[in-house]
Amino acid sequence: MSDQVQGIHSDLDVAPGDEDEARVGPKLLGYVVGLGLAILLTATSFFVAGTDLVWQPSIPVAIVVLAIAQMGVHLVFFLHITTGADNTNNVLALAFGMLIVFLVIGGSLWIMANLNHNMLPMDQLMRMQR
Amino acid sequence: MADTTMAFAQGGSNGLRVTGESDVAHSGPAPKRIVTGYGFWLFLLSDIVMFSCFFASYAVLVGQTAGGPRGSQLFDLRNVAVETGFLLLSSFTCGLASIAAGVRNQRWFQAAMAATCLLGLAFLTMEGREFAGLVARGAGPTRSAFLSSFFALVGCHGAHVSAGILWLLTMMAQVYAKGFRADIQRRLLCFALFWHALDIIWVAVFSVVYLLGSAV
Repeated sequence: MSDQVQGIHSDLDVAPGDEDEARVGPKLLGYVVGLGLAILLTATSFFVAGTDLVWQPSIPVAIVVLAIAQMGVHLVFFLHITTGADNTNNVLALAFGMLIVFLVIGGSLWIMANLNHNMLPMDQLMRMQR
Repeated sequence: MADTTMAFAQGGSNGLRVTGESDVAHSGPAPKRIVTGYGFWLFLLSDIVMFSCFFASYAVLVGQTAGGPRGSQLFDLRNVAVETGFLLLSSFTCGLASIAAGVRNQRWFQAAMAATCLLGLAFLTMEGREFAGLVARGAGPTRSAFLSSFFALVGCHGAHVSAGILWLLTMMAQVYAKGFRADIQRRLLCFALFWHALDIIWVAVFSVVYLLGSAV
């Protein structure tokens, strides 16, 4: 116990995954709250995906928003990536990773949709090649 | 200097530590635990970037079914919900194992890790059955671009979970044989990060692949 606490507190930074809290009770509570929120968000996404109660075009947006919210819950309650001063390095690395992820996914979808839009329909293309 | 060390020892849990009259102490290189954790965090982020490429290819190819079955005809959402439950619970028990490792409780640690392992295996079994069922129905990875990207993405996550289970068993054995030494604790920190990150990727998988893919 002692050398672990020293490992956490001997510097201004905190390793990703480490908590400032050292007592068992609050730590446990954190994981329970995280699990509860995660289950709630998961159940909502599965419910929204199969329901007729909401306006249909809004469903994909709702699923994406719920997924991002759940990833946030996992980051905070399970990986302990917080906005605290001791977590700046971890958050900056995460922000850069997210930038690349959005560039890759958003860029691919944008470019491929554009190409699809500009391309001749497949049957015409086949006819031209003959 | 004595002042500084005193203040340092008293430093609370609130990140910023006041060191009395002297400036904030420069304590030299960061402790190994922070360096290790941060390096592993960077690896995880690069792993997530790699997954984003698989997600991008899936999102681009989801409509390219080549006359074959679509997602809505293939996916069994009840199955996916149960898989998600297994993985969420395994993330929770992994957290319990981290707490037990923090207080060096061998019995609780081994029990929580064993539960994590069983939940992970249950997840993998369900995923394997799902894959086998798809292949048996003629919807294997060679059927269409959509199915190729589906198997690549979900299979890549499954491969990560399999590797995670091997790592988990290794950690159980190491803690059993060597106890909670500082180097073992660092490996446990990395393992917990890995397992929780897999859960984050699964959130994206069930949302994008199964829930959005069923609508196509």
